[in-house]
Amino acid sequence: MPKRTDLRKILIIGSGPIVIGQACEFDYSGTQALKALREEGFEVVLVNSNPATIMTDPELAQRTYVEPLTPEVVAKIIERERPEALLPTLGGQTGLNLAVALAEDGTLERFGVELIGAKLPAIRKAEDRQLFKQAMERIGQALPRSGYARSLDEARTIVRQVGYPAIIRPSFTLGGTGGSIAYGPDELEEAVRWGLQTSPVSTVLVEESVIGWKEFELEVMRDLADNVVIICSIENVDPMGVHTGDSVTVAPAQTLTDKEYQLMRDAAIAIIREIGVETGGSNIQFAVNPDDGRLVVIEMNPRVSRSSALASKATGFPIAKIAAKLAVGYTLDEIRNDITRETPASFEPAIDYCVVKFPRWAFEKFPEADRTLTTQMKSVGEVMAIGRTFKEALQKAVRSLEQDAWGLTLDRPVTDEELRHLLRVPTPDRVFAIGDAYRAGFTTQEVHALTRIDPWFLEGIREIVAFEPEIARAALADAEVMRRAKQLGFADRRIGALTGTTEAEVRRRRSAQGVVATFKMVDTCAAEFVAHTPYLYSTYEEEDEAPPTPRTKVVILGSGPNRIGQGVEFDYCCVHAAFALRDLGVEAIMVNCNPETVSTDYDTSDRLYFEPLTLEDVLNIVEKERPLGVVVQFGGQTPLKLAVPLREAGVPILGTSPDAIDRAEDRQRFNELITELGLRQAAGATARSLEEAQAIASSIGYPVLVRPSYVLGGRAMRIVYDAEDLREYMREAVQVSPAHPVLIDKFLEDAIEIDVDAVADAERVIVGGVMEHIEKAGVHSGDAACALPPYSLGEDQIETLRAQTKALAKALGVVGLINVQFAIRNETVYVLEVNPRASRTVPFVSKAIGLPLAKIATRAILGHSLEPYVAHDDRELTHIAVKESVFPFVKFPGVDAVLGPEMKSTGEVMGIDRDFRKAYLKSQIAAGSALPTSGKVFISVKNRDKRVVMTLAKRLVEMGFSLVATAGTARVLERHGMAVELVHKVAEGYGLNVIDLMKRGEIALLFNTPEDGRARQDSYLIRRTAVMQNVPYYLTVDGAQTAIGAIEALLKGEQQVQSLQEYHGGGA
Amino acid sequence: MNRAFLVLRDGRVFRGQPLGALGETWGEVIFNTAMSGYQEILTDPSYRGQIVAMTYPLIGNCGINGEDVESRKPWVNGFIVRECSPIASNFRSALSLDEYLRRHGVVGIQGIDTRALTHHLRDHGAQDGIISSVASDPADLSARARTLPGLIGRDLVAEVTVERAYTWSEGLWQLGRGYVAPPSPRFNVVAYDCGIKHNILRQLRMAGCEVTVVPAATSAEAVLEMRPHGVFLSNGPGDPEAVPYLIESVRRLLGRVPVFGICLGHQIMGLAGGGRTYKLKFGHHGANHPVKDLATGKVEITAQNHGFAVEPESVAGHGWEPTHVNLNDGTCEGLAHREWPAFSVQYHPEASPGPHDANYLFHRFTELMTRRGG
Repeated sequence: MPKRTDLRKILIIGSGPIVIGQACEFDYSGTQALKALREEGFEVVLVNSNPATIMTDPELAQRTYVEPLTPEVVAKIIERERPEALLPTLGGQTGLNLAVALAEDGTLERFGVELIGAKLPAIRKAEDRQLFKQAMERIGQALPRSGYARSLDEARTIVRQVGYPAIIRPSFTLGGTGGSIAYGPDELEEAVRWGLQTSPVSTVLVEESVIGWKEFELEVMRDLADNVVIICSIENVDPMGVHTGDSVTVAPAQTLTDKEYQLMRDAAIAIIREIGVETGGSNIQFAVNPDDGRLVVIEMNPRVSRSSALASKATGFPIAKIAAKLAVGYTLDEIRNDITRETPASFEPAIDYCVVKFPRWAFEKFPEADRTLTTQMKSVGEVMAIGRTFKEALQKAVRSLEQDAWGLTLDRPVTDEELRHLLRVPTPDRVFAIGDAYRAGFTTQEVHALTRIDPWFLEGIREIVAFEPEIARAALADAEVMRRAKQLGFADRRIGALTGTTEAEVRRRRSAQGVVATFKMVDTCAAEFVAHTPYLYSTYEEEDEAPPTPRTKVVILGSGPNRIGQGVEFDYCCVHAAFALRDLGVEAIMVNCNPETVSTDYDTSDRLYFEPLTLEDVLNIVEKERPLGVVVQFGGQTPLKLAVPLREAGVPILGTSPDAIDRAEDRQRFNELITELGLRQAAGATARSLEEAQAIASSIGYPVLVRPSYVLGGRAMRIVYDAEDLREYMREAVQVSPAHPVLIDKFLEDAIEIDVDAVADAERVIVGGVMEHIEKAGVHSGDAACALPPYSLGEDQIETLRAQTKALAKALGVVGLINVQFAIRNETVYVLEVNPRASRTVPFVSKAIGLPLAKIATRAILGHSLEPYVAHDDRELTHIAVKESVFPFVKFPGVDAVLGPEMKSTGEVMGIDRDFRKAYLKSQIAAGSALPTSGKVFISVKNRDKRVVMTLAKRLVEMGFSLVATAGTARVLERHGMAVELVHKVAEGYGLNVIDLMKRGEIALLFNTPEDGRARQDSYLIRRTAVMQNVPYYLTVDGAQTAIGAIEALLKGEQQVQSLQEYHGGGA
Repeated sequence: MNRAFLVLRDGRVFRGQPLGALGETWGEVIFNTAMSGYQEILTDPSYRGQIVAMTYPLIGNCGINGEDVESRKPWVNGFIVRECSPIASNFRSALSLDEYLRRHGVVGIQGIDTRALTHHLRDHGAQDGIISSVASDPADLSARARTLPGLIGRDLVAEVTVERAYTWSEGLWQLGRGYVAPPSPRFNVVAYDCGIKHNILRQLRMAGCEVTVVPAATSAEAVLEMRPHGVFLSNGPGDPEAVPYLIESVRRLLGRVPVFGICLGHQIMGLAGGGRTYKLKFGHHGANHPVKDLATGKVEITAQNHGFAVEPESVAGHGWEPTHVNLNDGTCEGLAHREWPAFSVQYHPEASPGPHDANYLFHRFTELMTRRGG
């Protein structure tokens, strides 16, 4: 069937901010879809609140709305744009839920918008577990036995039939939020309460446990002619019981015979037909009983998913792009396979390598969180590795994680007893513990009994471990042993550790032995046809099939797995660098290992190396490609760490020199720079021991800000209020040593913080944006909300910041991007830090000002002048953009929601409008904080904030809110003539308290400024409840103040929506 | 470490380790892109005369079981994998792949760059080769490889066909039940065994056919004497033109009784119908080939295993029309006669291994027999 001609304008909804369970894979899928639809001549309207995405680049759609993803807002956009169709299957669960809401509230019908891809009944059938169960019964597909409960009593009745352990799954939540496993009646009670609380419809599914069964996923595509193909099978190494997002997974499936695989394939085809997903990709999960092969369906996602991004990268088949084309009427056989060019997309990829996906967790950010892996996803990112064997791919994946793990070992002494525990209870350590278990003499039978992991995977790990003594014995002398070691995926660094030498020495010996990496192609067809897209991975085989081209080329190092502090923002910059290089006619070579990203799409760069970002793996590529140089400034800390070792290995680093980077990072050299320029910074020094730290702190005076040097995202950064605090910090959080110094600075209390992003060529510096933080100093810049342009600074202050930024960039010789963080206290400007590289805010600034900073930085790096952009340097904006952060607290019971100098947010949103309060309001709504216009406000602030809060309370009362407080705050409020509803303190343990009110849904807004240091434990439960009950809360006076302004704006008038193209004067 | 060599006719040498039985073997080296189903592939008689290289690098993970067989023994002349799993992990597994190959005397090689091999065969064509785990000098093997006869003109069907007629009674495999009892038959079908895969027999049985399997050299008259409702032409190894006796039999059956052919059976049908066949560069061997049904426009993902194909133009003048086409390379995947009750497909609707998308063709056969008053 050809393309539909009755459609002209199509609306796509993105997935909003990065949260656990929904990350940049939807930027990848959305970007592919936008490109595909534009290629077909459709006008595309996009709405997504996340500015750190490629999809919100104004070039990709005709109209790009960076607006909150709520039904009201999207309805306004629909009314304004009048699209004929809405494609709901590419924006994750958020996009799908929004489409359902718009269909159900009649908006789509009112404006004549057709749902394409999946219609409402199909979405309902797949998403509503009851309807899904009925559908599966109709086609004879077995599911685990289960029942729905709206109360604990109902849950108990169901458990009598399904037995323990039982799985509790709340309806309509994301990434398994609120899901848990109950092994007995006590746990059931807790699990059901928790599940009912998290489910927006207060319903949980109580299900027969298939824990320990093998878990599989199939990625299925269907077109309007009812052709169905399976793109990829995925097998979870971790059996059922661990969320697939938290499981190590492998593609293709490894432990199924063809008979079993075809049963699954038949089931998948029957399911997509019965559910009625018309076109596009779906993901179907199965469990298989390892003892008898019994197959049950777990769930279906009627949309592209994290797994479809993985499947796309694992096979080379662009699921989202094809899904978009199918949605507008094409059939699979009408679409060419981009990679082979000759064959059609109506086929099932054949792969001739093994893919391993490994999740990346961020528990180091949440020490209080339970690290046990369950049915609720906890990881924040993932890596993918490709090898010719499972063993090779697994070891490549492990080193791709950038967690300083180079082999399958915990690298610490462990007792057998501890090992047994680590094997039995899944945590991020399990794979490493399996390696150590083999070293301790465990058998595969024992390891299997404890982990329930299929023996085939375990044997792979056993083989790796068993070869280590052979490496130690002979790898350096015997080329055959070295080759075998490399084929098993051993890193040079690990071989060095095993042979008692350095990575560099191993590399030297290995090259002399002639054991060098070869590169093979991901081509969808196992080499059956010629491939035209150089999408490559390394292995140790006979043939290297991708000789370098004679073109001028530049290598861009990507940012690796998403983690807190380094996420999609850096991928955005890398993608822009690739686009800029291609525009300049230079071959863009991308290196990255994150399957969720746009950077690892085969058509983003000219050549894609899907490889770990380690020195060894990057050198392999550089030695082969001989590029003009390597760009390290876009991918965050990952490539930056490699700058010096690469330069030492003789690799040219393009743009800002590694020496300049060092000058900005090294405390001593940085001090000299600041002095030289006559700028100011907070007093501080570097400590190499506890004694030194104490001496420094008492000389500059508490509070002080302490942190290890060379970190990103404020890892282990803390504000310390007294000597005891400092001692505790030095003992628990860091291991201070001459090699690992700790930085100690005077903490500038109540200072205003500012971020400035700029770009420089050899001669000029263009300031992209000056961003004023909403929260005062003490909240990590990655967590703080900020406004561009500043909302409270004077022109002269802004000019000072711009001038200082320029001076710093020039002094450092920055070529490319630079980010400077400032603090202003009592009219004095302090330089907090200088990052001569892409910062997290680059995409936000680019969207806010309408200038792609990373792209023009790339031009500068390649020696092109910034002259054409000087007009942007001091451009007045007629709008204001506010960035707000999004946090994962809801996923981590037991973790306090309070913010500090260590970054905790996973994603961000942007609110943009003509006036600050409106922009801020949008940012709050977009971040999921639905500001109220009436109701009860609970106020509980620390003593020093009480005075300020009076004015805020007055404004609230004037707007018609009523106040709730505990005795202390209430007395102050009453003294100022305000009526207050009194509640008991939580710690009192009796009477009605604010937690009870929140649970009853009676609190509309919460202001709580926690005490500093240890005293904040008292109010922890209040914040925790607000998180769980989704009560909008503000934990700083600045946040509260701004929120009140936003509420005033909300009460005053209707919200307007406008596209970026209109803000930037491009679109009509 | 033990060594094994794979030497191709054009002189390319791969060094690896032995797999299965130690020894030496030769045959046409081809690659198969299916990611599962190695046991079915090993036991498919169509691979007689061929050394099969699996492009998926990890083979043997599920071991070998007593059920997933397509004939009574493995027929491949040799087997090539990147890595043979040392462990067999599956609830039905009875023994490891390596052990199975050894027991049946199948010589193989592992540890070679199978992607480089595939790449080579794609560019230079499928060709004869030798695997040896006993030779010490590949130069000697190269000299011998140059003298190997190739597949063209050799009657390999004679090596695999059954000696005496028999009837088939087993139905399809079901999880937990094994091969089930089929429904009671409504049709009598005679199946020519050119190396027939058991799953074809199972499919025919499930579609309601009582199947009598006869040797490939059985005459048309002898078949007609059995008064079948339909005749089936099976898959099989090698060059269809090397089986003139069967072509002749089919020529005499066409128009007199409904005929359905698969793979080699399709090529025999083409030749009997007055057409020509030719050898493909490296054939189609895998489980992911898209085939379009020209009548419905729908696409099936098919299992394929053939090195020869029918020239559709060559049969066009004889009342035949193409019914299916391969979307990868446009080759002929199916034929039907405009008047006679006869049709055939180049691919494998019985799957095993591979997708079940084309199972409907067995019902098309029974419908054809029903219309003929069967």
